[in-house]
Amino acid sequence: MALIAMAAGFILILIGFYGALTNRNILRMIVAFTVADTGVNIVMVAVGYMRGRTAPILDNTVPAAAAAARIIDPVPQALVLTAIVIGMGVTALMLAFAYRFYEKKRTLDITKCTELKW
Amino acid sequence: MIRKFAALLILAGIAAIFTGLLFTYEPDAELNTTARYYAERTAADIGAANIVTAIVVTYRGLDTLGEVTVLFLTAAIVGLVLARGRRRKEDRHLAPVGELLATGSRFLAPLIILLGVYVFVNGHLTPGGGFQGGAIIASGVLLILLADPCRCLSHRIIDTVESVSGLFYVGIALLGIVLAGGFLDSHLLPRGELGDLFSAGAIPLIYSLIGLKVGAEFSSILAHLSETEEL
Repeated sequence: MALIAMAAGFILILIGFYGALTNRNILRMIVAFTVADTGVNIVMVAVGYMRGRTAPILDNTVPAAAAAARIIDPVPQALVLTAIVIGMGVTALMLAFAYRFYEKKRTLDITKCTELKW
Repeated sequence: MIRKFAALLILAGIAAIFTGLLFTYEPDAELNTTARYYAERTAADIGAANIVTAIVVTYRGLDTLGEVTVLFLTAAIVGLVLARGRRRKEDRHLAPVGELLATGSRFLAPLIILLGVYVFVNGHLTPGGGFQGGAIIASGVLLILLADPCRCLSHRIIDTVESVSGLFYVGIALLGIVLAGGFLDSHLLPRGELGDLFSAGAIPLIYSLIGLKVGAEFSSILAHLSETEEL
């Protein structure tokens, strides 16, 4: 199960990189980056998964005393929780910059952005 | 052509690394030391039923404060970048959104925002918390904006909610130095019974403030993006 999730995450990362490397349109690149971002999150959650265990929430079925033997690793989950939110913020930032770029150049083609090229 | 070939070559290299990682991966049979510490100590030390929340708000609270700051910076930069050359929205001519969306959003938006509040108030008991609740609240705001793209959301209300919750968050964190064990210590309030709504010290309070702040920041990003003039 963890292997399937991890393979799916790796494939998503590769799809995202492929899109970001081959597309010239900034909007398509942004979408590709969010796909790669999702892949990274899936891989991180899959690393924390352990077979036959449950979510790290204590209740009647997972008493505090037996928690260490019953729950999966909570640290990757806390990491991914924050990574998703930051990823959304970064996407919004990229979209705002793409908007300014279009406003200035009237195009979304990244090859037209030559000021920093050498 | 050559560019595409180079891209495929790089991807093949990354794919080779990934395959190596995937086939040598062995899941842990036991929790590692850090995770074991959190699993064993959370109930006694923090009193939060959701261990992830205990990590995010208390054990790694400073990181969360930094993350909320990153989000604030993002919202501020989006506002700054999109602020210039704004046209009044009333001048825009948009197609009508349709009866279904207009009526549906009026019915659903308050319920979505209520669900967001529920998710962050119960963040220490159930899967959820400030970040998720804030994102749900922002999705309610998005629905309102979709139903009426010409509506001007009040930036003053959003900014006030955002800065007041941020100030209270830092204020509670500083109170922790004076009244409890240190910066962002959740033992300001009594620990309570594991599983009660009023338990886990200051965690519900802190996570509610984070939820309000994240919701306000996302809403302000959405409002700024929706106010950009058509090109």
